[in-house]
Amino acid sequence: MTDRFVLLAGLLILSILGFMTLGAEGSWSFLLPFRGAKLAALMLVGCCLATATVLFQTITGNRILTPSVMGFDALYVLVLTALVFGLGAAGYAALPGPLLFSLNMGVMTGAGLLLFALLMRGGRGDMVRLVLTGIVLGLLIRALTTFLQRMIDPSEFQTIQSASFARFTFVDRRLLAATALAALPALALAWRMRFRLDVLALGTEAATGLGEPPRRGQRQALVLICVLVAAATALAGPVSTGFAGPSSFFGLVVVSLAHLVTPSPRHAVLLPSAALIACIVLIGGQTVMERLLHLATPLPVVIELLGGLLFLFLLLRKAHG
Amino acid sequence: MIEVKGVSHDMRGQAILRDVSLSLPRGGVTALIGPNGAGKSTLLSLIARLQRLQRGRITVDDLTVGACADRDLARLLAIMPQSSAISARLRVGELVGMGRYPWHGGRPGAADHAAVEAALAQFDLTGLRHRFLDEISGGQRQRALVAMACAQGTDYLLLDEPLNNLDIAASRQLMALLRHMARDQGKSIVIVLHDINYAAGFADRVIALAGGRIVADGPPAEVITPGLLRGVFDTDARISVIDGRPVVVV
Repeated sequence: MTDRFVLLAGLLILSILGFMTLGAEGSWSFLLPFRGAKLAALMLVGCCLATATVLFQTITGNRILTPSVMGFDALYVLVLTALVFGLGAAGYAALPGPLLFSLNMGVMTGAGLLLFALLMRGGRGDMVRLVLTGIVLGLLIRALTTFLQRMIDPSEFQTIQSASFARFTFVDRRLLAATALAALPALALAWRMRFRLDVLALGTEAATGLGEPPRRGQRQALVLICVLVAAATALAGPVSTGFAGPSSFFGLVVVSLAHLVTPSPRHAVLLPSAALIACIVLIGGQTVMERLLHLATPLPVVIELLGGLLFLFLLLRKAHG
Repeated sequence: MIEVKGVSHDMRGQAILRDVSLSLPRGGVTALIGPNGAGKSTLLSLIARLQRLQRGRITVDDLTVGACADRDLARLLAIMPQSSAISARLRVGELVGMGRYPWHGGRPGAADHAAVEAALAQFDLTGLRHRFLDEISGGQRQRALVAMACAQGTDYLLLDEPLNNLDIAASRQLMALLRHMARDQGKSIVIVLHDINYAAGFADRVIALAGGRIVADGPPAEVITPGLLRGVFDTDARISVIDGRPVVVV
């Protein structure tokens, strides 16, 4: 197991080196902080989404789900669309970044918590119902978004489209700090939950019998998921495409890879391994796309394509027993 | 001592348990028998706080179920539920190891490893410890689940139909082991059984439930009678007494 982690760490260092040095033109005093901020953003987003997906898969007991089936990313696009619709493209562009960030972060965390609070109320905490309600709500949000986009000025629609893919081209230092402030404590809390997550993964009855009431753990995990996904999305935009489909495959890809590379039921292994792989995929992918292939295609599009194939593979493999 | 006082339980307007009171002193094997839907599993899961208590009061030694800390109860009482669908992909050894969680909270020590080794050996699972749960037979999985409950090292052990999927040799072996644990290690074991003959053969006390009420309670020879089979199970099977033990001729 340790050698696998050494391998992953090596790959990460390699992609970081590639990201920082390849195609470096100009003075280092400019490049280092510029690329450094981008690097920090990529790592933060990777760790957040990987951890959120691990938590979500554990409390739902399902390895092919990711938090974005609950319509988190859709909510981001809705906020964006509503703002452009209400203020116009010029008004939207004039909004200060920190305000936009806090708005996104607040709406996503708030809506997520509200949904969970409503569904977990009265002791009928049923994860399947929660997930299904989330999927339906996600559809509703997407329909609402499409409706608003139909009524919008076509030129203003451009603004939405370019802003609704995850972008790592320019990173606002203040937003980065704000995200870190929200995400780092959540990541630390998730790490502290690692042993309890092992027990929760056994299932409701077994966890209760071992003195780990599942409802409390599920609620805590859901709060962490809300904060992590909201922080990552508010910083970088949805890593899934807001338009293309119901699910983001990024979390699915990295957690499946983590299960493959470091097979262990222990979250003390799974959490860091998934986070490492997420960082490698994001940083390495960005390096290859930007610096080696000189492609303008956003990285999420590629992740979505590969993720879709992996998703089908997982489903079919399961179907064959 | 487990004390159940005035416990009633409804599910969607259907009464599952009606005013059940019962006290189980420490030690011995107690078998719960009764027809399908009598409320045996519900009673067991209420004692082990797998379901929330609606009316009545249950105490285990000095802990009140529902009010005490979950960790404390988990160190005193272990349960093996009827449908233990373990969702995680675990190896047998890892599953049994999880039974020690209430004691170590995630960081197993030497005593925990020793307890796991002992449980694996006791249930003849040492050779299977590196196999995944979905790679072994139903009976082997059942044994692993009982071993996990035993590894929890509690004074009270509740087992809901542990003989499911077990062949006759494994069933007898498990029941003998449970009786040995009750007699020599002072464990108190409550077990839901479908096969009355196993209850007659291995239990010290048999409690029969029907329609959510306790209808008979006592040593096997007193409880298991043709009257019980006709009145409670609604069947005419004959009972013959062999070596002083009632045997249902099916």
